Amino acid sequence: MSVANEDTVDVKARNKDLIKEVLAVYPEKTAKRRAKHLNVHEQGKSDCGVKSNIKSIPGVMTIRGCAYAGSKGVVWGPIKDMVHISHGPVGCGQYSWSSRRNYFIGVTGVDSYGTMQFTSDFQEKDIVFGGDKKLSKLMDEIQELFPLNKGITVQSECPIGLIGDDIEAVSKAKSKEYGGKTIVPVRCEGFRGVSQSLGHHIANDAVRDYIFDKQDPAKLAAFESTPYDVAIIGDYNIGGDAWASRILLEEMGLRVIAQWSGDGTLAELEATPKAKLNVLHCYRSMNYISRHMEEKFGIPWCEYNFFGPSKIVESLRKIASFFDDNIKENAEKVIAKYQPLMDAVVAKYRPRLEGKKVMLYVGGLRPRHVIGAYEDLGMEVVGTGYEFAHNDDYQRTAQHYVKDGTLIYDDVNGYEFEKFVEKVQPDLVGSGIKEKYVFQKMGVPFRQMHSWDYSGPYHGYDGFAIFARDMDMAINSPVWKMTKAPWKAEAAATAVAAE
Amino acid sequence: MAQNADNVLDHFDLFRGPEYQEMLANKKAKFEGGHDPAEVERVREWLKTEEYQKLNFAREALTVNPAKACQPLGAVFVAVGFAGAIPFVHGSQGCVAYYRSHFSRHFKEPTSCVSSSMTEDAAVFGGLNNMIDGLANTYNMYKPKMIVVSTTCMAEVIGDDLNAFIKTAKEKGSVPADFDVPFSHTPAFVGSHITGYDNAMKGMLEHFWDGKAGTVEKITPVKNGSINFLGGFDGYTVGNLREIKRIFNEMGIKYTIVGDNSDVWDTPTDGEFRMYDGGTTIEEVTNAVHASATISMQEYCTEKTLPMVADHGHEVAAFNHPISVKATDKFLMTVAKLAGVEIPASLEKERGRLVDAIADSAAHIHGKKFAIYGDPDLCYGLAEFLLELGAEPTTVLSTNGNKRWEEKMKALLASSPFGKDCEVYSQKDLWHLRSLLFTRPVDFLIGNTYGKYLERDTNTPLIRIGFPIFDRHHKHRYPVWGYQGGLNVLVTILDKIFDTMDANTIIAGKTDYSFDIIR
Repeated sequence: MSVANEDTVDVKARNKDLIKEVLAVYPEKTAKRRAKHLNVHEQGKSDCGVKSNIKSIPGVMTIRGCAYAGSKGVVWGPIKDMVHISHGPVGCGQYSWSSRRNYFIGVTGVDSYGTMQFTSDFQEKDIVFGGDKKLSKLMDEIQELFPLNKGITVQSECPIGLIGDDIEAVSKAKSKEYGGKTIVPVRCEGFRGVSQSLGHHIANDAVRDYIFDKQDPAKLAAFESTPYDVAIIGDYNIGGDAWASRILLEEMGLRVIAQWSGDGTLAELEATPKAKLNVLHCYRSMNYISRHMEEKFGIPWCEYNFFGPSKIVESLRKIASFFDDNIKENAEKVIAKYQPLMDAVVAKYRPRLEGKKVMLYVGGLRPRHVIGAYEDLGMEVVGTGYEFAHNDDYQRTAQHYVKDGTLIYDDVNGYEFEKFVEKVQPDLVGSGIKEKYVFQKMGVPFRQMHSWDYSGPYHGYDGFAIFARDMDMAINSPVWKMTKAPWKAEAAATAVAAE
Repeated sequence: MAQNADNVLDHFDLFRGPEYQEMLANKKAKFEGGHDPAEVERVREWLKTEEYQKLNFAREALTVNPAKACQPLGAVFVAVGFAGAIPFVHGSQGCVAYYRSHFSRHFKEPTSCVSSSMTEDAAVFGGLNNMIDGLANTYNMYKPKMIVVSTTCMAEVIGDDLNAFIKTAKEKGSVPADFDVPFSHTPAFVGSHITGYDNAMKGMLEHFWDGKAGTVEKITPVKNGSINFLGGFDGYTVGNLREIKRIFNEMGIKYTIVGDNSDVWDTPTDGEFRMYDGGTTIEEVTNAVHASATISMQEYCTEKTLPMVADHGHEVAAFNHPISVKATDKFLMTVAKLAGVEIPASLEKERGRLVDAIADSAAHIHGKKFAIYGDPDLCYGLAEFLLELGAEPTTVLSTNGNKRWEEKMKALLASSPFGKDCEVYSQKDLWHLRSLLFTRPVDFLIGNTYGKYLERDTNTPLIRIGFPIFDRHHKHRYPVWGYQGGLNVLVTILDKIFDTMDANTIIAGKTDYSFDIIR
C-alpha cells in the first residue's frame, strides 16, 4: 500500500501535528531547541530541513554515544593487528568489548586483538598523579606479552584530557624506543564534540598524522601496483559486510589493496596511498581521510551503496566509470551474473513484504543507505533520522533517498521515538539495542540496524538475500499475532510511560 | 556463487565457501603484512608456558580482559529497582548509552536512563547548567516519581558537587522542592560496578532516612519487626528476587525488598511499553528505616551500606551469594531468627529435594576440577557449592575481589578437603586466567559470556554463570538462590558435564562405546 498522492497531504499534516504534539511535553527552552531537529520532508528541498551535529539536550534520553565510541568503537577498533588501549577507567572498554561484530580472521591474542579489552584501568592515584608513567609501562608490557602486535593506539577516555596527561609525548618516546614502531595517541575523550561523530574525525586525523605523515616512503607497500588497485573505505565488516563487498569488486577485475577498517591491518592502512581509487561506503565516518588522500596523494574517491540490488547496480557502474572499458564490461557481467539470484530473492520475499512501512533511526549512513534495499522489496521508509549526521548527510538523504512527507528526526530521544512509532504505526522499526525491546514490547517488529541483529552480512548481493530473509522473519514472525490475550479487546500499541 | 534464495546462507556458512576462502587467503597473503605462520605458531605455543605465565603475572600497568565494569553501572542497577524511578547519570552522555546497551544485551529488556550530556564547555565551567536543564527535562518528559542521580568519571574529575547542584536546580525550579532526587558519587576510577551498587544504595537510604539532604527531619527509627533485603548487583535479579519473595511469603515474614528491579527487567510483550514497572515504592523505602533487621545477600556489594544501616539500629547480616545447601540453610535460619518465625515444612521439603538431586548426580561431579571467575560474592557462593558436590575448585579469580575477600575465600577452601589445592586470585583478569588454564588445567570453567574466549583458547568447557550473559538467553529468569536456585545451578553444571561426555564419545566405531544412553 504505497501512499498515493492524495494521501501524502494527509500524511504530511499528520506528521506535522505529531511533531507539534511531541514538542508540547518540553519546557519552553527545550521545545524551541528540539523543534529545529524535527521535520516533515518536502520534495525538491536540498536538505531535510533539520539542524544537526548540535549538542544533545541534557536529561532527554538521547540515543547518542561519544567520541571514544566513534574512535575506538568504530574507526580504530577493527584494525586487527594493533593493540588498542582503552586509556582511563575500566568501563568504556568493557561495555564496547566485542559488541560491534567487526569480523576478522586471525589468531586472537597471538597476532590479532580485535576481540580483546586492553585497558589502563585507571585508579584514583592515576587521576591524582597522572597516568603517563602507567601508560609508558603498559606499553612495555604489551611489547613483551604480545610480541607480534604491529602497533599500538591510545584511545583516550574522558579523564585523560581533564587531568592534562601528555599521551603524545609518551607515544613518541616509546615509538622511538621501539625503533620507530607505530604508536598512535588518539584524543577521543568522550566529552569532546556532541556525539560519536567527532571521534570519527579525530580518529581519521590520527591516521593522517601518525601513519601517513610518519611513513617511510621506501617502506611503502610490498606489492607491485596495478591500474586496478582500490581501497574499501568506511566498511566495518559487521557480520562480514566488507567481505561480501570485496568479492564483487574483485569479480569485476579490481584489486582491493586495503579494507578500512573492518578486518583491516596496519599494512593495509599504510599501503592505501597507492590506491587508484578509494571507494567510500560510510561517508560520515571516513570522508575526512578520503578527502585528505585526494588532496595529498591525488586519489579520487567515490561514494557507493551496496544495500539492495538497485543501489548495487548503480554503484558498480559508478565505480567502473573510473576505469577502462574492460572493467566497465566486467561490471555488467557481475550485474548479469547476480541478476537471477536477485530476481529469486525478490520473487520470494517481495510478496510477503510489499507495502510494509519502515521507520529507521541509526548512525551515520544507514538511515539513507538502506532505503533502496527496502524499496527493492516493495517496502516504504516513512520516517528516518540520524544519531550523528551533519548537514551533508541530510542533503544526500533529501536529494537521493527520501520521499515527500517522510518524517525526519535528528538526534531523536526515547520519548520522541516512542511517540512517533506509536502514532505512525510502522510495520518495522530498524534501530539499535537500546530501542529494540521498547518497540517489541509495543508489538512492533524490530531489527537492529547497527549489528544486523547478530546476522549479516547485509552488504552486496550475498548480503541482500540475508537482509530480505531477516526483514521477512521480523515482520512475519507468528509472535506478533500473540501480543494480545484473546480475551482482551484489540487495542493499539501504547507507551504508558510516555503519557 | 554460494548464495541461494531457497536456502539463504548467512555469516555462519557463506564465508566457508571456496570463493570467499580463496579471497580471504589472497587478502592475507598479499596485503595484510602478517607474520610467518611458523612464528605465529611459535608464539601461540609460548603463550601456554610457565615462562609466559610468569611474565604475565608480573604485569603492573596493563589490564587485559578484566571481569569487572565501572561504578555507575551499579548505580543504574540500583536506581531502576525503585518504583517510578529514572536513573540520571551526570557526566558524558556516551557512558549512559553504554550502560543501557550493556543491560539490554544481558536482560533482553529496555533499560531507561538519562544523561546530563556534559561536553567541553561543562568540562571547563562545570556541569551545573546541565544538571539544571537535565532535571527539568527528565521531570517533564518522563514523569518519574524520583530521579536518581549518579556520576561518571568526567563529573568526578572536575569535582562537580551533586548535593549543591541538585539544591540549586531545585531553587531554579527544575523539579519541585519536595521532589525526591537521591544521589551518590560513583567515580569509575574507584572499585567496580559492585562499589557503585554500594554507593548508590547507601545514597538512596541516606536520602529517605536521614533528612533528604537537610530538607526534612531525619527519621527516628521505630522497630516494626520487618526485614529489609538487599540483593546486591546480580545478573539473576529477575529470578532471584521473585524466588526470595516466594520464600519469605512461605515463611510468613514481613519484609521489604529494597531495590526490586525484577519487574522492570521482565516486562511482558503485550502491546504496551512499560518504562516503569514494579519496584520498591517511596513509601516502602522510607518505612524500611523502621525494620528490625537488614540482610545483604552479597557482602562485597554492601560494604558501606550495611554499616550505615546498622547505625540506624538494625541488626544486620551479610551473606556471600548463597547457593549451596549449607549456605541456604544458614541464610534461612538467620532470616527465621531475625523475624522470629519457624522455617516451614514446605521449605524443609525443598531442601530435601535439592539434597536428593545432589545424591542422584554427585557421582558425575565428584572430583572434577573447576576454575571459577566472577564477582567476589558469586565466586564464594559457587565455590562453597562445588565443595558440597565433591568437586574440586582449583582456581578462583575475581578481578574486583579485595584482600578481605581473598582471605575469606582461602579460609573457606581450607575448611574442606576438596578445596585444599585451590589457588585464589584477586585483582587479576581473564588474561591471567588464560595462563592458569594452560599451566593448571581444569575440567570445567564457570564464568560469564567472555569465558567463551577462554573456552576456545584453552579447550576448557564453559559453564555460563555470572554477569553479563549475552550469548545465551533467559538465564536471568531462573533463580540461583534458595534451594530451588541451588537446583538450577546443579542442573546447569550437569548439563555441561553430560554434553561434554557426549561430545567426547560421539565418534562412531571409535569412542562411542561410552556414548551411553543412560547416565
